[in-house]
Amino acid sequence: MNKKISKFANFLKGGSGSGLILIMPPFLYSILLLAVPLIAIFSFSFWSQNYLEIDRTFSLNNYKAAWTDIIYQTLMLRSLWVSAASTFVTVVLAYPIAYYISFYVPQGKKALWIFLITIPFWTSYLIRIFLWKVILGYNGVFNSALLTTGIIDEPLTFILYNVNAIIITLSHGWAPFAILPIFVSLERIDRSLMEASNDLGETPLMTFLRVTLPLSMPGVIASSLIVFIPTIGDYITPKLVGGSNGLMIANMIQLQFLKANNAPLGAALAISAMAIVGMIAIIFVLINRKHLKAR
Amino acid sequence: MFNKRINWLYVYLVIYLIFLYLPMFLLPMFAFNDSTTIAFPLKGFTFKWFTLLPEIDAMIQSVYNSLIIAISTSIIATTLGMCAARAWARYQFPGKSGIIGLIMIPLVLPEIVVAVSLLVVLLNFGVTLNLWTIVLGHVLIATPFCTAILTSAFLNLDESLEEASLDLGETRFTTFRLVVLPLVTPGIIASLIIAFMISLDEFIIAFFLTGTEPTLPVYLYSQLRFPAKLPIVMSLGTILLMLSLILVTTAEYFRRRGIHKSSLDQKDIGGTL
Repeated sequence: MNKKISKFANFLKGGSGSGLILIMPPFLYSILLLAVPLIAIFSFSFWSQNYLEIDRTFSLNNYKAAWTDIIYQTLMLRSLWVSAASTFVTVVLAYPIAYYISFYVPQGKKALWIFLITIPFWTSYLIRIFLWKVILGYNGVFNSALLTTGIIDEPLTFILYNVNAIIITLSHGWAPFAILPIFVSLERIDRSLMEASNDLGETPLMTFLRVTLPLSMPGVIASSLIVFIPTIGDYITPKLVGGSNGLMIANMIQLQFLKANNAPLGAALAISAMAIVGMIAIIFVLINRKHLKAR
Repeated sequence: MFNKRINWLYVYLVIYLIFLYLPMFLLPMFAFNDSTTIAFPLKGFTFKWFTLLPEIDAMIQSVYNSLIIAISTSIIATTLGMCAARAWARYQFPGKSGIIGLIMIPLVLPEIVVAVSLLVVLLNFGVTLNLWTIVLGHVLIATPFCTAILTSAFLNLDESLEEASLDLGETRFTTFRLVVLPLVTPGIIASLIIAFMISLDEFIIAFFLTGTEPTLPVYLYSQLRFPAKLPIVMSLGTILLMLSLILVTTAEYFRRRGIHKSSLDQKDIGGTL
């Protein structure tokens, strides 16, 4: 109660008033171009479209199609599993790098190392994906290298135009987003805890498993969510390297909006995908709740 | 035993860095390669693809479109980001976390959702898609990055400097202009560059909101289907890479200088990202 009164007093003095005025432009921008469109697409998903005519009677038909049609089900499930697998691979590959920078790089050099990690990220996104196609292809860089060194006799075919290729490309593209949060959480760990664990007779491996890893879980959780949520919406990577069996839900959303002229169904698919991803994210955070609390 | 563990970690680090840098090193190789196919073995060294670049009018036009969009986005997003960052760092007001949360949401929203929802609204209001509709979308996704960079710049600022200025008779406005602004300038420059880069490279939103004038990524995407044009695309990619590296290094330099300048012994974590 007291807090409320002092807040109000502060408002009259101009403290919070100027804060509110200051935040108005970005806030209004977000309301107009983010909140309103999201609400619009939500209501859109209950309408229907007949060629160019929009029928505004409420109906759940789009959702019925999105959830029961076998094509959408397959795409949705595949998207979820590909995103989850990509997230897992990305985070697992990224962890040792964050660990190395945090524990073995001298304090003054850390920022430079983080910068080094982010540099490849600034090659054009499209060209990067395209180059992965070149690297992983039948006559690609990877196969030629393996052939000339004699490691394999025939080019590997399981690395392009399938889910593997999507996972490799995504774990490259999202690497900095996975490394940074883990690095930040490793930096926050009090180093004396590890010393204590060592002094008490734990092996380095046990110290890692029982002290370092649990304490860095907030970073791991953040990385996982930062990679998982946007990858569901990626449709370039599946299209360029995924082959015909690698299409994901975002490809279908794009198709409904730009080609099939069925925006309401596209909206229902987008809302469903977001709802599912949101649910998974919440469940994921709840499961890992104990790691987030202890601090 | 301990020594061995470090070594393995180091070996892994080297492999991982090769993985990260592989596409970046291949790009210039193919750009200077005297062959129409993008594959190994390399044929010979040539500047041919670079000299062919200026002759493709559509590509030049798309670069021009992208620059207009990126510069506009960079200025608008940094301005909005400054308002948000200043309010975030300095003031308490009702609904603060909710409002900031809304502004930062695009960070975790799949871009395709931002793209389709904007498309639906714009088309419903009868707006013709053009370069400015892309700017609207790009500002939305760049503002959270600008806000994050600028908030750390404002948080590093020593509040007593402002108080001193006010005590010495400056108004709020002149204090901001003469004391605050110069100290956060490095943050502003970093924010401008990052927003510019995000917009320049953004594809999904541009693809949905583009009218008849494609941006560079949209144009590149349409060209990836034509093998004959690929070496030229590679040479353009190389030029863009060089440009990005210069810009990002500059952004990083200013961001760090900002941290040193207003330094309260703040630990430098996070990087430009």
